[in-house]
Amino acid sequence: MKIVFCFLLGLLCYAGQAQHTKVIEVCPTCPVSTIKEGIAMAATNDTLRIKKGTYLEYNIVIDKPLTLLGEDYPIIDGEDKGEIIRIVSDSVTIDGLFIKNVGTSYTTDWAAIRVVKSENYLIQNVVLEKLFFGIYLERSNNGRVYNNKIKGDAVDEYNSGNGIQLWYSKNVVVDRNSVQGVRDGIYLEFSDYITIKNNVSTKNLRYGLHFMFSNDDIYTNNTFDNNGAGVAVMFSKRIKMLNNTFRKNWGTAAFGMLLKEINDAEISGNTFEENTIGINIEGSNRIEYHNNNFIRNGWAVKVMGACYANTFKNNNFLYNSFDISYNSKMNDNVFDQNYWSEYTGYDLDKDGVGDIPYRPVKLFSYIVNRTPETIILLRSLFMDIIDFSEKVSPVFTPDNLLDANPLMKRQK
Amino acid sequence: MPLRLLHPHLYMLKILKYSFYDLIRSRWSYVYFMFYLLLGFVLLFLNNDVSKAVITLMNVIIVLVPLIGTIFGIMYYYNSKEFTELLLAQPIPRSSIFLGQYLGVAGSLTLSLVLGLGIPFMLYGLFKSDAIFDFSLLLVTGAFLTAIFTALAFNIAISNENKIKGFGYAVLLWLFLAVIYDGLFLMSLIIFEEYPLDKFSLAATMLNPIDLSRTLILLKLDISALLGYTGAVFKQFFGTDTGLLVSMLMLLTWTVLPIWRIVYKAKRKDF
Repeated sequence: MKIVFCFLLGLLCYAGQAQHTKVIEVCPTCPVSTIKEGIAMAATNDTLRIKKGTYLEYNIVIDKPLTLLGEDYPIIDGEDKGEIIRIVSDSVTIDGLFIKNVGTSYTTDWAAIRVVKSENYLIQNVVLEKLFFGIYLERSNNGRVYNNKIKGDAVDEYNSGNGIQLWYSKNVVVDRNSVQGVRDGIYLEFSDYITIKNNVSTKNLRYGLHFMFSNDDIYTNNTFDNNGAGVAVMFSKRIKMLNNTFRKNWGTAAFGMLLKEINDAEISGNTFEENTIGINIEGSNRIEYHNNNFIRNGWAVKVMGACYANTFKNNNFLYNSFDISYNSKMNDNVFDQNYWSEYTGYDLDKDGVGDIPYRPVKLFSYIVNRTPETIILLRSLFMDIIDFSEKVSPVFTPDNLLDANPLMKRQK
Repeated sequence: MPLRLLHPHLYMLKILKYSFYDLIRSRWSYVYFMFYLLLGFVLLFLNNDVSKAVITLMNVIIVLVPLIGTIFGIMYYYNSKEFTELLLAQPIPRSSIFLGQYLGVAGSLTLSLVLGLGIPFMLYGLFKSDAIFDFSLLLVTGAFLTAIFTALAFNIAISNENKIKGFGYAVLLWLFLAVIYDGLFLMSLIIFEEYPLDKFSLAATMLNPIDLSRTLILLKLDISALLGYTGAVFKQFFGTDTGLLVSMLMLLTWTVLPIWRIVYKAKRKDF
């Protein structure tokens, strides 16, 4: 009896709710021909169904819980005049719009869609082109940014913005977006408990992903390809980076990933392929690196100093010019059970683990760290000879920097 | 064929032809040719990527080509000494004899190199690949290195009657330019690390044909991004047409000077 009553009550409530919300159609030839008009007419929780067409509008403020639903990608053209959509209310959904021509400003960060101090928002299936900033989340928690496509045409860093920017926002999910041709693909600052997954960030001017002062975040299954400098993770704690791909960040100042002042992170299952530097580590402690692939990088891992208690386990180091580079004689990091393609030892007892330890730091990389000009001797016979002699009896490289159990076969 | 009085250049050509065919017929030329042929095929078979193979090939070329040039040059000179003395008894200009022999050796070695590497790369679609320029640069520097080191070997041989001594000096010369020079270069870079070293390293690279060839090829490849700031300085120099011209001129100087000395020495030598 009680259950039935509850059920009836629920149905009643639902029906009551449904009666209140209505759908407002917006199209260039309809009675409601602009989105601003539609928003002004709408009541809380209404849906604006925006039909195909071009809407020349900017500074659209959404100040009540609404759903903006585009049909066949209606175009909102800001004509480079300023910000296009600003959300200042909770529970707003934006779905299926094509937004272009966001104005460029040197004093304000105009965005295609900006969410300000609002919660429970959902931005999905939006296409952004010719933008300054793309989706800008400002002090807005508990939202979701899903399956958007951002394609910028940025040329210079000083007058371009970021694709998806999170600023003081918590518990946001950024999923299945594709960002290219902006300054930073995805940018986080002071944003905790963020999940970034399945995104593709390519050909951005500066970083594919940029973390600053953001803790307890997780990013998985993303692809960062061909960005100006790669991915930068700075001044953050307890970050999980799993199963991402960092590729082709190639150039004199480029890297796959830069870690600066990162503590207690987990980096596993990632692939670093053809980067000038796979991971550049500076002042980062207690990080677990396991099951990563480092393939054909210039430097697979470059340790710049002040890095303690890091563990490298079960990684594959394949055909890198330098596997590990150190700039000091001290080592507090552990390398164990990795596969090194340059390992030349043997395995007499056939247990899959090499019988003699592998020393991943070449003397040459040590010299280059000390005197960068010496890199000009790269691939000279002399360097091969002294690398070999150092391998046989280490004098300059840290004594304890070795993998005592190098694997004979590549890890799957 | 009795030697008639000909224009001096024709003598040189005749001797060149003789030396060239002599070497082409000899086993070692074939071994050298087959080595490169095999190397080219194996490299391309293993990774099927023309541009990657160029990098590996560079490592081989900058070490092996000078060594083979040196050893072939010195061996050929000593081996054909009796024939040379016979020729000297004829009314032929001395410069023609030695230049002819030199060009014969250098030419046949270069031919082995170019054909040995060219054939496999051509079969694997070099002409359809972007690597064709890098590859030609590789062959050009290879040819230069052959010419330079053969000439240097002839110089040593001409100045040393004692075969053992001559052979020793030749190997030492190769060792110096291929290994020891870089060691000294490295030492001076480390000792003077507090000074700006860009100009110095540019000059030091220019002065050694092996280093110059290596740098020229490296800068053309993707791998130059590893060179960082120093690489940028180098690229600014070698990357321009002037830079390429200057380095080619440098290689040419390295070839012409020893050849000139062969002629100079040959004219004054008392056989």
